[in-house]
Amino acid sequence: MAIQRKSNIHIMDGNQAAAIAARLSRVQVVAAYPITPQTPLTEQLSLFVESGELKAEYVAVESEHSALAVCTSASIVGARAFTATSAHGLAYMHEMLHWAAGARLPIVLACVNRAIGAPWNVLNDQQDSIAQRDTGWIQIYCRNNQEILDTVIQAFRIAEQVYVPVMVCYDGYILSHTEMPVDIPDQADVDKYLPPYKPHTTLDPANPKNYNLVTLADPRVGVEGKLCHGYMELRYLLQEALQNSRETILDAGQEFNKIFGRDYARMFWEDRNEDAEITIVAMGSLAMEAIVAADMLREEGIKVGVLGLRVFRPFPKADVVRVLRKSKLIVVFDKNISYGSEGATCSEIKSALYGTYINASIRNFIVGLGGRDVKARELADATRKAIASLKETVINPDYPEWICQI
Amino acid sequence: MGTRECNHICDESSPGIGEAGSTGEWRTNMPVIDETKCTASKLNKPTCFLCWLYCPEAVMTKGIPPSINLLYCKGCGICAQVCPVQAITMAPEKKNL
Amino acid sequence: MPQKTSLNNRPLEIRWHGRGGQGAITAAKIVAEAAYLKGYKGVTAAPSFGAERRGAPVSASTRISDQPVLVMSQVENPDIVMVLDHTLLTYPEVIAGLNNNGWLIVNSPLSPRELGIKGNFNIATADATRICLELGIIVAGQVIVNTAILGALAKATRVVDLPTLEKVLRDRFSKSTVEMNLAAVHKTHDATRIFKSG
Repeated sequence: MAIQRKSNIHIMDGNQAAAIAARLSRVQVVAAYPITPQTPLTEQLSLFVESGELKAEYVAVESEHSALAVCTSASIVGARAFTATSAHGLAYMHEMLHWAAGARLPIVLACVNRAIGAPWNVLNDQQDSIAQRDTGWIQIYCRNNQEILDTVIQAFRIAEQVYVPVMVCYDGYILSHTEMPVDIPDQADVDKYLPPYKPHTTLDPANPKNYNLVTLADPRVGVEGKLCHGYMELRYLLQEALQNSRETILDAGQEFNKIFGRDYARMFWEDRNEDAEITIVAMGSLAMEAIVAADMLREEGIKVGVLGLRVFRPFPKADVVRVLRKSKLIVVFDKNISYGSEGATCSEIKSALYGTYINASIRNFIVGLGGRDVKARELADATRKAIASLKETVINPDYPEWICQI
Repeated sequence: MGTRECNHICDESSPGIGEAGSTGEWRTNMPVIDETKCTASKLNKPTCFLCWLYCPEAVMTKGIPPSINLLYCKGCGICAQVCPVQAITMAPEKKNL
Repeated sequence: MPQKTSLNNRPLEIRWHGRGGQGAITAAKIVAEAAYLKGYKGVTAAPSFGAERRGAPVSASTRISDQPVLVMSQVENPDIVMVLDHTLLTYPEVIAGLNNNGWLIVNSPLSPRELGIKGNFNIATADATRICLELGIIVAGQVIVNTAILGALAKATRVVDLPTLEKVLRDRFSKSTVEMNLAAVHKTHDATRIFKSG
């Protein structure tokens, strides 16, 4: 059923889209430290606070570690908290990322994906957020600026339902500094979609509580006489929350569609996989470029589909298997590398397929590190090369190929 | 029985006396206050109280003289160490073995 | 040529060349907004990524399509190259990849023939610097031609037209500066000289 609603489209870059989404989500505390290419996002948010358009406390901090520490403290006392960073800033937050997830605080962080030094580089790849893969955050990647705006709003709904922080990742410059049309939802609709945050913790002087104290290896009986979780039980619960968050993520996408008319009830994006024998896998804006590459290959009669990864944590293993069931060849493009192994998304795909009846060949290409431009024709060339390599005896090479000039 | 019924999703507890159990059982030496030396007792004023300030188990009260909750005093001797007038001595614990 | 906006999902591509501080990126954004107002559903405007400094050669891009733009990589084969400062023509990358029958639009006192550039593309020139100097569009001692050159784009192609540009400029600029910028657009439009290839 088509939804009749008035659109309010403005041409804007990804950082503006993220800032407007945070404003529409009525965030109450913003703590962020500027870093390229995230800087315009923090500037926009401080403008919103200064002008009164956003009734929030903007806490100017001296580092990213402090930024997330402020958000953690704000979230534990019941404030909706937002932060944003890139690259070295995210690396500097590493300890607090664990802390936010371990304390089960529904903070939303916009990660404007940028390469990490050495050597210095301010341009895009996804090494920064991939390196934080195991901190217990949900990670969602965006393909365009509309998805950035929509995903930040959804992220608060997801985070506050499952009590797991959400990292909304989008490509630095390629999205953060590129303007395109974005439909800005009505505040009233966002309010309908996003109920106020109900914290699972309470700080009440009349009823004092300890949170996240030294927790010993084994469960023990607390002062109220109840057996309390040990460290490992709490970590199990975090894993369980991520494992079970799929339904919440899909529901958040479905409800979003009902109100705003844009469908996000999916863990990833698909293009022409119905009859595809070859599937290109990519994450972020590269998943759009991959559609153009698929166009080129389809013109040559090659049945190519695209799997555009959206939710990277929790990784949708079963859904991926369903999509890839007809694939004979899976070509995975990663803008990150787990040194000594392969691209992170390639490992996920391989792990998802293990033990299934799917015996597709997998080829992994490392692309676009440090802002190296990745063109659709290069994705198509690599796919052709992967097809040609099927004649070789090695089904799945141990290591990825790099698209670079070495 | 597991910890599921605890219902917390992060570590949460209520502050209370004896969270680490009856630590008084740990004691091998017991602090004894000599009121003739203790500053607060001598002056009959709420003053000094360094023993109260430094006690890691918060078992000292700011009384005249200060009193010690021996159920949780673990006998660490910090009060004796910090007392500026050596009013507190650590006496061997007489335990019923 | 400008009617072609989407062939096999390929948008019309404009590449902008200027020097840091001349406003090439703003011009790229204005054209994206104008094209969107004209009804093109897919538009993007992007700077060339990296460290831009005043005076250094910089580039930007605008993509225009009747479908959402999927291509995010750098423009390789522009349909239109906009040059804010003709001294940039000494760099070979300025006209690199320019499509056959595309447009090279240059801010220059020279006529298209006098530029001495040969290729299978059309050339338009206008002396936007002189026009802007006369109108007093000077910021921090520098003549700013990024709005004026849009007039040449409107004259040479049908990607944008003067009424739509006026709408966008009125939206973007303050009351005190919009009139002189509009005057610059119109004067440059009228002063644009065109040389068609073939």
